[in-house]
Amino acid sequence: MKLLSKAAAELLPERDLRRIVDTVLRLAKSTVGEETEVHVDEVANALTRFANNGIHQNVAEHGLTVSIRTVTDGRTARATTNRIDEDSLRAAIETSLSLAHSQPKDPRLLPMPGKQRYRRVNRFIKQTVALSAEGRARAVRRACDLAVKKGQVAAGIYSSGQSQSALANSRGLFASYRETHSEFSITVQEGPAASWAKANSADVRAFDPQKLAARASEKSHLAVNARELAPGRYTVILEPAAVLDLVGFLFYDFAATALADKRSCLNDRMGKQLFGQNISITDDVYHSLQQGAPFDGEGLPRQRVVLVDRGIPKNLVYSRAAAKATGKKPTGHGFALPNEYGEAPMNLVFGGGDSSIEKMVASTDRGLLVTRLWYIREVDPYEKVMTGMTRDGLFLVENGKVTGAVRNFRFNQSLIEMLKNVELLGPAVRAAGEEAFEMVVPAMKVRNFHFSEATKF
Amino acid sequence: MWDLCTNALDTARLRGAAYGDVRVMHLRQRDLTTKNGQVGTLSQSESIGLGIRVLANGAWGFASTDRLTREGVATCAAQSVSIAKASALAKRSEVVLAPEKAYVDSWQSPFRKDPFEIPLETQLALLLAADAEMRSVKGVTLTETDMQFRKIDSWFASSIGSRIHQRKVISGCGIAATSFQGEEIQKRSYPNSFGGQHALQGYELVDSLDLMRNAPIVAEEAAALHSAAQCPEKVGTLILGASQLGLQIHESIGHPIELDRVLGQEANFAGTSFLTLDQLNQLKYASSIVNVVADARLDHGQGLGTFAYDDEGVPAQCTDIIKAGKFRGYLSNRETAHLVGLDRSSGTMRTESWNRLPIIRMTNVSLLPGTWDYDDLIADTHDGILMETNRSWSIDDRRYQFQFSTEIGWEIKGGKKIRMLKNPSYSGITTEFWNSCDAICRFNHWTLWGTPNCGKGQPMQTMGTGHGASPARFRNVRIGTAFSNQ
Repeated sequence: MKLLSKAAAELLPERDLRRIVDTVLRLAKSTVGEETEVHVDEVANALTRFANNGIHQNVAEHGLTVSIRTVTDGRTARATTNRIDEDSLRAAIETSLSLAHSQPKDPRLLPMPGKQRYRRVNRFIKQTVALSAEGRARAVRRACDLAVKKGQVAAGIYSSGQSQSALANSRGLFASYRETHSEFSITVQEGPAASWAKANSADVRAFDPQKLAARASEKSHLAVNARELAPGRYTVILEPAAVLDLVGFLFYDFAATALADKRSCLNDRMGKQLFGQNISITDDVYHSLQQGAPFDGEGLPRQRVVLVDRGIPKNLVYSRAAAKATGKKPTGHGFALPNEYGEAPMNLVFGGGDSSIEKMVASTDRGLLVTRLWYIREVDPYEKVMTGMTRDGLFLVENGKVTGAVRNFRFNQSLIEMLKNVELLGPAVRAAGEEAFEMVVPAMKVRNFHFSEATKF
Repeated sequence: MWDLCTNALDTARLRGAAYGDVRVMHLRQRDLTTKNGQVGTLSQSESIGLGIRVLANGAWGFASTDRLTREGVATCAAQSVSIAKASALAKRSEVVLAPEKAYVDSWQSPFRKDPFEIPLETQLALLLAADAEMRSVKGVTLTETDMQFRKIDSWFASSIGSRIHQRKVISGCGIAATSFQGEEIQKRSYPNSFGGQHALQGYELVDSLDLMRNAPIVAEEAAALHSAAQCPEKVGTLILGASQLGLQIHESIGHPIELDRVLGQEANFAGTSFLTLDQLNQLKYASSIVNVVADARLDHGQGLGTFAYDDEGVPAQCTDIIKAGKFRGYLSNRETAHLVGLDRSSGTMRTESWNRLPIIRMTNVSLLPGTWDYDDLIADTHDGILMETNRSWSIDDRRYQFQFSTEIGWEIKGGKKIRMLKNPSYSGITTEFWNSCDAICRFNHWTLWGTPNCGKGQPMQTMGTGHGASPARFRNVRIGTAFSNQ
């Protein structure tokens, strides 16, 4: 197969993905395998990294993988390679079959799905593809110059890339998808103080690195001379990035398999008023601010699912196996098989409100404005108690105004309790953090948020 | 492979690179899991490709490709030089590398049983048997087991003449039982949480774990935790089991000594460090019985941070980090060594794969053994809490304020373990905590634990690190904060 002549940063045309898929399915026909599924994934990414007001790392990658799942006599297994000559593909098929043969028969294994219909989404933006190393370097230079001018120190990334995937099986299913992605993230330090801003999108024109740099610079200056406050319960105004990195930890709780395994915080709580009535959550890959393929790991079309309606957990997501086990219909959220986790909603969209950060501040007698959170981990999986730190800008709000910076706190806070205590919501936006994958969430004003300890900066 | 390397370096030189190093890597991995008596994941993968790092116009560029033809490699090498020249548009200073010799060598990590040669049926049968043992215990609602094996070949070549081939075989294995009752989920893992123990060993690692003996123990403990007393909230004496202490070392010593963090190069993502350059040889990091090294040599053990050469072509070394309580050293590379007065890198540049840039990483950052026998340590503790097996971990972005919780705790009164405690946790400030250490167990209680999931860098890289530790005691520690609701 001659597919190796493209320039390093270009993706293969879809016809070449089909040729790889067809080759695998043809080669598999001559084996003892009864069914075959093939995933082809290709990425071409670039990332410029800067620190101390200059670029210090600058990378680009290209890679393509072919992942093959075979089924034989009620058994299945997967083998993956990044070599696409026929011998290597044949070897991967044989490895998959050998793995499959080594295990007991799985009576729950379902036949592969047949041909499906998919809703089209367009998240491949040529302007993002066109962003060059020089273009990224110039934008970074401008951001760093701003920091230098203000006597500050900037660090961050500017990245762009494209990816595509194709999924097919021996029952005639074929799905393909491609998207672009871009991201700018900046931390600006002023002495011991720091602040941060980040955005990402399929479309590099959706954010302005200079504006993000200016915002981080301004907030960094506000964060100097932080004073120490006593830990305790505070009203907090969580910017969208802080909300995202907390509520992101809820995503797997909505998996039907997680409930069957009794490791979800929603066990015995479905259909009950668990959160406040102002909390509604859907999973919606088709939302205009979301990204990702419109099909799941088995090739089923992803469906929009209402997970929480006015504070009541209403629905779960189901892989085909989980749906079969529970008498439900699959929702198109399954992971590639074989796996032990089943499925998960990966495109959460929270309902928003008509408030704003400014209105939240104005309505607060005493509270804390939180830019972002850091190193969040689960302490109690059923009460969903999370711990972590504030980072890069914690500010005191008094009598409706931001009055100064505060040293960082550690929190230990139940997400269930937090989502009962939401007083105000901003509009839902595409938020980018560091702990959770990107979601569409609003800023929130939350009462009685529990900070347990302070740190020294 | 050497032809590909030479082709890449020649192309980079012709395009204007003043320095280049290239890694061709071939990674093979096998993953097996079971859940509730059924096979979960069963997969095998391989990946081969090339990454080249170059200096041009005084700045860095890196590019990688899986198109291992002469044309594909040349295109990749040319791209790395173009990227370096773009970097130079926004550089603040010239990159200067500490001198290093050229090495021509080949090395393979020692192993007795190649895990890829052990029949899958044997591996799965052991996992399913351990799974069944755990499920036989009343109250257990979820059982999980896993094995993971990796074989990594790397061919490193640099423009100063190094040609180094290394082969590493890595194994990992663990089991876990979970129990959901009432409004509580409790879990016990063996030999460690989050996938068990991982080491630079062959299948002999799995043989050494005795899963069948330990499966019912962890299952019974998971169920029993529901009726255990809640860990109290207080300031008191804490004894940490060796695996939890390994993670404590990782988070509160291993990360803050990374010189790239100290110098602000990770400020946007992983964070910085409280160990500013003025602290070297000055800070009393810990009590005088605490000695910590970063040791990548095989002499230290077969850990996830063991190798012969780092991914910058620098030989494995042992560096004093804390000696008799005093802060003595950072983890450095060829670019940063001179900033702390070193004439040579400490050899800690590591990469996850061919498509990632090598960055400063922990090797085996280990607490050296002390003098205490474990039974004597317990007997010497009048009032304390023993905590074992990590459940959650969190530390601020300068690696100063931390909080950990563990799966299980034991109350110690009058020199005896008297009862099980659930939901144990502790928190503190890094230097205060390490200065409160007053007893460390001896070598026969020491294990070189593997942390397989350390994330760092952008794009994110996951790296395995090693942490030798034996149980140790700490005084005046804040205990029980995570479950406090004040």
